[in-house]
Amino acid sequence: MNTQNPKKDTKTSISDRRRFLSIMAQSIGLSALGGIIWTGYVEEAKASPLILRPPGALPEPEFLKTCIKCGQCAEACPYDTLLMAKPGDGLPMGTPYFIPRDIPCYMCTDIPCVPVCPTGALDEDLVSSVIDGKKVLDINKAQMGLAVVDHESCVAFWGIQCDACYRACPVLGKAITIEFVRNERTGKHAKLVPVVHAEYCTGCGLCERACVTEKAAIFVLPRDTAMGKPGDYYVKGWSKKDQERIKQRDLTKLETKTERSEKSPQDYLNMDEGLFDD
Amino acid sequence: MTKILKMRYLILRRITQIGLLFLYFSANAYGWKVLSGTLSSSKLFDTIPLSDPFAVLQMLSAGALMGINVFVGAIIVVLFYGIIGGRAFCSWVCPVNMVTDLANWLRRKLLLDKVERKVWISRNTRYWVIGLTLIVSAITGLAAFELVSPITIFNRGVIFGMGMTGAVLLAIFLFDLFGVKNGWCGHICPLGGIYSLIGRFSLIRIKHNHLNCTQCMKCKEVCPESQVLHMIGKESTTVNKGECSNCARCIEVCNDNALKFSLRDFAKSKSKGDNK
Repeated sequence: MNTQNPKKDTKTSISDRRRFLSIMAQSIGLSALGGIIWTGYVEEAKASPLILRPPGALPEPEFLKTCIKCGQCAEACPYDTLLMAKPGDGLPMGTPYFIPRDIPCYMCTDIPCVPVCPTGALDEDLVSSVIDGKKVLDINKAQMGLAVVDHESCVAFWGIQCDACYRACPVLGKAITIEFVRNERTGKHAKLVPVVHAEYCTGCGLCERACVTEKAAIFVLPRDTAMGKPGDYYVKGWSKKDQERIKQRDLTKLETKTERSEKSPQDYLNMDEGLFDD
Repeated sequence: MTKILKMRYLILRRITQIGLLFLYFSANAYGWKVLSGTLSSSKLFDTIPLSDPFAVLQMLSAGALMGINVFVGAIIVVLFYGIIGGRAFCSWVCPVNMVTDLANWLRRKLLLDKVERKVWISRNTRYWVIGLTLIVSAITGLAAFELVSPITIFNRGVIFGMGMTGAVLLAIFLFDLFGVKNGWCGHICPLGGIYSLIGRFSLIRIKHNHLNCTQCMKCKEVCPESQVLHMIGKESTTVNKGECSNCARCIEVCNDNALKFSLRDFAKSKSKGDNK
């Protein structure tokens, strides 16, 4: 008992358990603040969709999860195409990407960047075909992006003859074709315009590199950004391949029941409900 | 000559740190196949995989499905530091150590430690940051620390081009210089925390001989984790706490031959306990 300092006795002391719990709570409080800022930053970094990945990359969300940011793909690339995102690039830090207008992907047939990936973020299976029961690397299966043509700035659409992108394309005659369109302005010439075919385009960007306009009129976008999706309700009745596509759909997940669809079409089409106000 | 002898471990540490950076750099620049990749994941002699165990842990927490190589690499690294090196990564490999060492040296030269009002951060913050990293990774589905880690940012900067990497390093430098002594490496860095946990039971340890000690306390002054040197002048034993990074600064600074590298003192640590 401290008789010298009676004030000290009146001060409430806390038990060891309370002290422990208080310190834990303190740390949790600080962690919550740090965590929310950190989570916000990571979510922002994730949300930059306009980035082109190396061949064989998993779909973007999976790729971001799986890439360990080791740079072995960038080291394997003989053309220095692949860059590693660094502070100031405004892209998910440390992940590999490329800028086709600077250095496009030259589509090496042995794809040196993919097998070196230690985690499988670059998946060999996505750039391989099976020939005679053997798995063979096939760069033509790469889907790094999709070339898109801006009809306004492409000089071929003005009627000026240019096929730079067509000539540069490594999947020549398949990924980009030249279509003849009547030049209505002169009335007697044809326009020779480039058309990109998503089925064959790998997104290598050689066309973007070759484009003669100041800012490329043909450029590669991630496929998710560049492409739409018809969905299950629109099917090319004349194409066997497209019919295969809808065969894969999951019929159990079709849930489009409305008040009307419960009746047979013959009934609800002949009903006049909703036609008259009274 | 004696001055160089006094700095022998410092020189060795700088050689391994810069040497490893150079090997990584030359793998990209000249195609040498000695050590390719980065500190996140690399290949030694084009055959042996090495991976950052903390990065792998974060990716698992984020829910990634990964190839076998990266796990083999992580296990090799854990076994190496766990059995042999202790927390040696932090002082012998990590490039950020050079930045924080510079800050710490300047701090001593400029007498910045003599200021009465100090910013206080718990040494255990790093373990909280590890937990937070894994939680944020799980929520966002992305290895959270790898996205901001100055260690790999610096490492990649040397290999692939710096960009704004300097700003990140400057921030850490200023934090350590003016903010908290050994603030980054000794308090916050979760990778240091992971290696402290991995290296807890490793064999290579600093050994103190208290019969030679004159209690000048120079070792405690220079040690970036001074709490691990609790036995100085009291008992002869090895430094068994995981936070000791085997940097050997205490050995260099000791004029009385009271500290040296040794193997773990198992008998002693069992009878007295190493968590005092």
